Amino acid sequence: MTARLGPHLKASALVLPLVLFLALFFVWPIIAMLKQSVSDPVVHNTLSQTSAIAAQWNGKAPVPAALQDALVADIRATTDRQEMGAVVRRLNSAKSGFRTLMRKTRRAIRKTDGPINLGEVDKRWNEVAWWHTIAQASSPYTDRYLLAALDYGRDKHNQIVALPEDASANRTILARTFVISLSVMLSCLAIGLPFAMVIASTSGWLRNVLLAAVLLPLWTSLLVRTTAWFIILQNNGLINSALQALGITDQPIPLIFERTGVIIAMTHVLLPFMVLPIYSVLLSMPGNLMQAASSLGAHPIVAFLKVMLPLSARGIASGSLLVFMSSIGYYITPALIGGPSDQMISSVIAFYATESANWGMAGALGLVLLSITLLLYVVYGRLSAEKKGVA
Amino acid sequence: MTEQPYIEFRKVSKVFGSLTVVDHLDLTINKGEFVSLLGPSGSGKTTLLMMLAGFEDPTAGDILLGGSVLNRTPPYKRNMGVVFQNYALFPHLSVAENIAFPLKRRGVAKAEIAERVNRVLEMVQLPDQSEKLPSQLSGGQQQRVALARTLVFEPNVVLMDEPLGALDKNLREQMQYDIRRLHRDLGLTIVFVTHDQSEALTMSDRIAVFNHGKIEQIGTPQDIYDRPNTHFVAEFIGETNLIPVKYREGDHSRCSVTTKTGKDLEVTSPVTLFRGTEVLLSLRPEHIELGDSAEGLENAMPARISDVVYQGDHLRADIEVDGTKLVARLGRHLPPHDPGDEVFIGFRPQNARVILP
Repeated sequence: MTARLGPHLKASALVLPLVLFLALFFVWPIIAMLKQSVSDPVVHNTLSQTSAIAAQWNGKAPVPAALQDALVADIRATTDRQEMGAVVRRLNSAKSGFRTLMRKTRRAIRKTDGPINLGEVDKRWNEVAWWHTIAQASSPYTDRYLLAALDYGRDKHNQIVALPEDASANRTILARTFVISLSVMLSCLAIGLPFAMVIASTSGWLRNVLLAAVLLPLWTSLLVRTTAWFIILQNNGLINSALQALGITDQPIPLIFERTGVIIAMTHVLLPFMVLPIYSVLLSMPGNLMQAASSLGAHPIVAFLKVMLPLSARGIASGSLLVFMSSIGYYITPALIGGPSDQMISSVIAFYATESANWGMAGALGLVLLSITLLLYVVYGRLSAEKKGVA
Repeated sequence: MTEQPYIEFRKVSKVFGSLTVVDHLDLTINKGEFVSLLGPSGSGKTTLLMMLAGFEDPTAGDILLGGSVLNRTPPYKRNMGVVFQNYALFPHLSVAENIAFPLKRRGVAKAEIAERVNRVLEMVQLPDQSEKLPSQLSGGQQQRVALARTLVFEPNVVLMDEPLGALDKNLREQMQYDIRRLHRDLGLTIVFVTHDQSEALTMSDRIAVFNHGKIEQIGTPQDIYDRPNTHFVAEFIGETNLIPVKYREGDHSRCSVTTKTGKDLEVTSPVTLFRGTEVLLSLRPEHIELGDSAEGLENAMPARISDVVYQGDHLRADIEVDGTKLVARLGRHLPPHDPGDEVFIGFRPQNARVILP
């Protein structure tokens, strides 16, 4: 047994660095992000006694005295101002007014060591709604970020409802992300398919030059390429000067800070992911199938539709999926070249993560993006598996 | 040969960059004929076929089919069936769909397509395989499907580009037989490209031997094998002994030559030459006869056996005559000879042919 296990272990040791790397820098961040998107520990940890009792409360008036006493005890026990500040922020974000209510309550509690009637401190404590908010916030886990990522929230009866239109625009941005990604995918296909066919039909140095034309951008930094487009797409940039010099337009076509510019730049950046899969599929095909079709009486267009297109379908599918999945996560290009109405979902994630430090929202939106990508991948897997069964 | 040629190449050239692949080539092919284009790789035979199919345009010259110039007709309007070496079957279509492809392009009715597909599958002896994909068939079966796909639309000409090159020996012989049978039964005009001389000899009505973009010799297999006109043809087709000799006298059918040791030999020549011209004598191994004495042998010469190898159906002997090494193919019924035996060899005048070096 040991003799068998020996080489096996050695082989495993070889992949150990990879496994460690993936676990540390791929799996763990994803798990952490997923946890962020559903975790809500502030109230649970700081107002621990309150949380324990709130968990048993049926939510009906009157508010149990034990719950009120527990809240007083928790506030009294929390001496760290920052900790309490986080609780107040959390509660206030769920129901505005908590900030003043809590400030008032804490001041009252600090004045005395004896029991306190909260209803006398502020009559808002007599309303069940405020206690509902505390009870909802007291669970260590929450779906509020996930719901908010899709423009949903919970009303006072704890029912899932759509948020008012002015409150959030995530669904609009998600839809926009899809529209931009789809446009990029289609324009990559329109340029990439003929280009891949041209490369596959050439040989020698010409093929190398054409391949390099696809690969070279891939070896250049994304930021550099995007910056280059930023310059080219200017109103007095290369494209507009050329168009005006040729007399095609009198006025510069707005490209920069516009949807068109974003799609042009993203198409350029993502084109290799369309060309290479199609090219590799075409390469595995005998080179004279088009000749054969032609000799059998097929017009070149018919030969393309009946032979070339069905045979490159697998490459087209994987290329399209690659481009689409890459582009729904795009950040730099729309951020630099697009206007405010061209920002994609990644920009929103970046906003929550780096500007408002709302890790829960960032995580939840990330989760939405991850789910969409995985769903697409499963669909693709199904489609290509079926194809394999036929072919 | 009185009939009008069906296919005609008139001074056809094809130049790729600085390379002349086909060089002012004339060739005529009659209807119903099986013509092989035989030659080493790079001799221009495949390029000629591709020009006939319409995949390549001639740099100069005209290609005619049935008397009308074909140069500007695109391949899909030429109605020529091409069988490729790699079969070029459509991998995503079943056998039946592959064969139906040319019929669909011609707008043949569905019921008729089914009937013709079945008929042609019977013809190539592949019934019951119609629903399979090409990848599920063996190489020989794929070749039959490719053949069926070509025959089903009754093309003017069937062009075959080394169609049997990828098959193993037994299968290749079976396919050679089958293609010949189809040629005979259907009255097909076939242009067959090959570099395998035995294949060309077996199958063709006529063989055109290609070298450096030109036809070295064209004729029936017997013509080419028994009466090679050039050094290249003599060496390329079959095995031959080339003996340097000097032309002595005679006309173009029967003449005499002198070996370098001064012996006069009676041979044949395709042309009459000046006395003393240095030429080669082509002598096929199977035309060398062996005897213990000079009696009963024409052109008898003393010789010494260097080696004898048993080859199953024949014996192969290395023989030395006046310092020239010859190969002889001897009947297995001959009395055994050992290396070092002194013998006499001879050959009939009609079997030895003068060739210009």
